[in-house]
Amino acid sequence: MYDILIAPFAEFDFMRRALVGMLALSLGGAPIGVFLMLRRMSLTGDAMAHAILPGAALGFLVAGFNLFAMTAGGIVAGFAVAIGAGVVARVTELKEDASLAAFYLVSLALGVLIVSLRGSNIDLLHVLFGSVLALDDDTLILLAAFATVTLLVLAITWRPLVLECVDPGFLRSVSGAGAPVHIAFLALVVLNLVGGFHALGTLLAVGIMMLPAVVARFWAADLTRMIVVAVVVAFVSGYGGLLISYHFGLPSGPAIILVAGAIYVVSLFLGPVGGLRRRFAPGRHLEA
Amino acid sequence: MTAAVRFRDLTLGYDRHPAVHHLNGTVEGGSLLALVGPNGAGKTTLLKGIVGLLSPFSGAIERSLSPGEVAYLPQIAEIDRSFPISVYDLVAMGLWRRAGAGGRIGKDERALIEKALATVGLEGFEDRSIGTLSGGQMQRALFARLLLQDARLILLDEPFTSLDAGTVADLLELIRRWHAEKRTIVAVLHDYDLVRERFPEALLLARSPVAWGPTEEVLRPDNLLRARRMCEAFDAHAAVCDEHAA
Repeated sequence: MYDILIAPFAEFDFMRRALVGMLALSLGGAPIGVFLMLRRMSLTGDAMAHAILPGAALGFLVAGFNLFAMTAGGIVAGFAVAIGAGVVARVTELKEDASLAAFYLVSLALGVLIVSLRGSNIDLLHVLFGSVLALDDDTLILLAAFATVTLLVLAITWRPLVLECVDPGFLRSVSGAGAPVHIAFLALVVLNLVGGFHALGTLLAVGIMMLPAVVARFWAADLTRMIVVAVVVAFVSGYGGLLISYHFGLPSGPAIILVAGAIYVVSLFLGPVGGLRRRFAPGRHLEA
Repeated sequence: MTAAVRFRDLTLGYDRHPAVHHLNGTVEGGSLLALVGPNGAGKTTLLKGIVGLLSPFSGAIERSLSPGEVAYLPQIAEIDRSFPISVYDLVAMGLWRRAGAGGRIGKDERALIEKALATVGLEGFEDRSIGTLSGGQMQRALFARLLLQDARLILLDEPFTSLDAGTVADLLELIRRWHAEKRTIVAVLHDYDLVRERFPEALLLARSPVAWGPTEEVLRPDNLLRARRMCEAFDAHAAVCDEHAA
């Protein structure tokens, strides 16, 4: 048992680093995923991940495989798209999803254009699918910093953020915090996607945010519990995925996301809140 | 008595088309005003203007109260009922002016929340999620939130639509209490009998004001007919309005 579950992490430094990285991603990304899901913005995360790619690629092409350049590029591109889309949605008639689609498509096309100018691509696969087994000290510190910022900002903006989700009209009538809180939230989405792409790549980073959130929906009916469940599921997926990739020699990023996917399927059937179990075996009705 | 809200040649609307057209008048402090008129007459628009969610095209809205002293209950559709939040937390939002984004909800605040829930008859519903409430229970919860807002000016947009008689009676009792406490209340309503019975003053709006004064005089058949005629269809090619204030 020890050999299967603990030894890989006790023996190998890169496995420990990967586990710590996944812990940081779980703490930051999962709560953000829960809010994205509750605001019916699940696909927004996906769109935003596409928006980050060209920025990271630009950083890579300018400075090579440099943590700072790629992070900065990704953040700038992600912020520009998120804030641009948010502003357009607020001051015009366009809905958020449509304005985001417009911005990320332009950003994506721009990115592809930039990449094709240089034409280097082997390391770019790295960017697309990540390298959770090759996290260095700087990257780990960055991931931990992102998680810290995320949790702090969520703690500070919690009330207006929840209010903005439940009853935006009421928030507008009592406070002007709606727009700044919304933009801060989008900034957190970008931050966590950029963090996620160092470990899992731009394409799978969304997975560790959204899958645990969707799983949590089946196990908790209350926001706080939902977030706790999501964080635990995200971390368990990271742990389980790393073990599977170690023992069976599989790529770690997809293994992590597939473990989360397996938990999703199980929850779909067994989850007590609105899952299939309730539908097919509801139990006898109550007295009142 | 001081004015709670004063309209000066106010025009409000969307995309250059007026929804409230050249409105003048004063809502006195402590008045209980029913805002009536056909669909599309600009009633909701006027409330949004008073709250400050819409800026006037021309003219002005003068409010003697700070934004924190105004409470606005929109039509129910604007709330995401699927969000996993408890009735208690929804009602607690009414304390925003007192607690804000980071203030403590302590013993005093909890007592206030429980009292508000009891006042609207929702004891025992604290932990229920808002998605499980019926329409009437939801409206009771929103009135509990209004109670906690402790506002001097209360704006209600069709507060009784699709509620049963018992719930309407309970909520009307709350409105009567607010009126007795000298708060100013403006309510959008469609039930003229209820307006005649419970609201001393009415404003009949059909984009332009038709009549404003004691309810019996405002709700005369000739006024109501005129209001229906004035609320003609939206004209996409309307000319620029150059009417000046009377």
